Amino acid sequence: MIALDNVCLRLGDFQLSGISLDVAAAQYAVLMGRTGCGKTSLLEAICGLRKVSHGRILCRDEDVTHWDPADRQMGYVPQDLALFPTFTVREHLAFALRIRRAKAALIRNRVEEMSQLLGIGSLLDRTIFGLSGGERQRVALGRALSFHPPVLLLDEPLSALDEATRQDMYALLKNLQVRTGVTTLHVTHSREEARRLADRLFVLENGELRETEIVQDGA
Amino acid sequence: MTSPEFSRDPEGSAFGVADRALPSGSRLNESPSRRRRWSDASFFGVLGTIGGSYVALIVLMLVADACYTTPDHIINALKKPEIGYAFRLTVVSCSVSAILSLWVGTPLGYVLSRYRFPGRWIVDTLVDIPVVLPPLVLGLSLLILFHLKIGAWRLEDWLRDTLGFPVTYQIPAVILAQFSVACAFAVRTMRVTFDEINPRAEDVARTLGCSRAQAFLQIALPQAWRGMIAALTISWARSLGEFGPILVFAGATRMRTEVLSTTVFLELSVGNLEAAVAVSLVMVQLAVIVLVVLRALGMGTRA
Repeated sequence: MIALDNVCLRLGDFQLSGISLDVAAAQYAVLMGRTGCGKTSLLEAICGLRKVSHGRILCRDEDVTHWDPADRQMGYVPQDLALFPTFTVREHLAFALRIRRAKAALIRNRVEEMSQLLGIGSLLDRTIFGLSGGERQRVALGRALSFHPPVLLLDEPLSALDEATRQDMYALLKNLQVRTGVTTLHVTHSREEARRLADRLFVLENGELRETEIVQDGA
Repeated sequence: MTSPEFSRDPEGSAFGVADRALPSGSRLNESPSRRRRWSDASFFGVLGTIGGSYVALIVLMLVADACYTTPDHIINALKKPEIGYAFRLTVVSCSVSAILSLWVGTPLGYVLSRYRFPGRWIVDTLVDIPVVLPPLVLGLSLLILFHLKIGAWRLEDWLRDTLGFPVTYQIPAVILAQFSVACAFAVRTMRVTFDEINPRAEDVARTLGCSRAQAFLQIALPQAWRGMIAALTISWARSLGEFGPILVFAGATRMRTEVLSTTVFLELSVGNLEAAVAVSLVMVQLAVIVLVVLRALGMGTRA
């Protein structure tokens, strides 16, 4: 479903090179690495916000390396969420469909469906100010999934949440993947997240990417 | 910020054992706090004196103007047809120049804030030139630009003869002179505004299917609303105060290119101090009204 083929990225004074990975449809892949190792940049390259200096990015067997972010159909949730301050929650969920000039009835149904799936039905008419960390995270997820993308890219989605909210989010992320069948690439530095969520686990270390086994507790 | 462990101390002291070892601890503790209070008071005193002296200067200048003139002076001045004309031209030209400045300043500020391109620093420096250039020089430069002969061609002649739109010593010259300075301030204001808006939101919008233009119009611009009000205010105020370039490029012809700043100069030059002061006060009031209205508009739109 999503594949990196020998990708090379230049990041200021260091570079990632020879990055290859292949995640099959509906898998939940976790990419681990220390802060500053280039995880975020790799995610940005996949969704088209950063140029790669070498190599190919494939999505559904199509070479999307030089495609515009708008054409790649990938849901992206950055670490700071980057919600839209002038939008209500409803407008966040409707935005991608509105840009695609979807019919009003279709948008209404999709907003309804997403808000139920994410449990934010009561927040639809609020702006993002005053939402809790968990609620904001749900809005960002809803915005990224609203247009049925085949791929979801999550950048440290749980790092700013308290323990209880994080437990809820584990369940929600797993549930979303099962319900929508979206192929997910989740970037984190937390082993706990990898253990709880990953079907596949990749580690980015010293500029190299390798796949490792998922160590389960008590295994 | 006393933590619960400290406040549970049986002696009621934050420092427990160490405090008991110092019998005069309480007195020791008292004098720094008094010293701190004294220091805070003198700090605010110094801040107040330094800042207040400037505020006092502004207030005293306005009070002196107000004492020098009477409402009759102002009414008489405004009754003069030339000054009435200058008043109307000022309001119109400042508004047109402020809107033009915002129209240009918003995209230019966005480009300078968001994109890194070759020669960006040159553009960045050029935009500041109208701010640092002596006003008379700016007016002279405009005059030369419109009258420089390139072969047999001249910009002013072409505009006048081909388009039927003469500029020099006409109203468009007033607006262009005001705009050339005011726009620099609008660009600065809009650039700072966009610097403070998270560019990630526009990035995310692009992954959601937006073109760059859609991300700008639907995500960045609605967030820049307050900055736009500020840019409009500052360009309006700069246009109101513009004098040197107007004098050189548009002239000071009564009933044609005279704006209020020119009126003050013309009345002063013929020794009519009452009218000059009266018109100055009208300008002060005009500036205050525009500031208050735009500020209220900015407050009202705070979501």
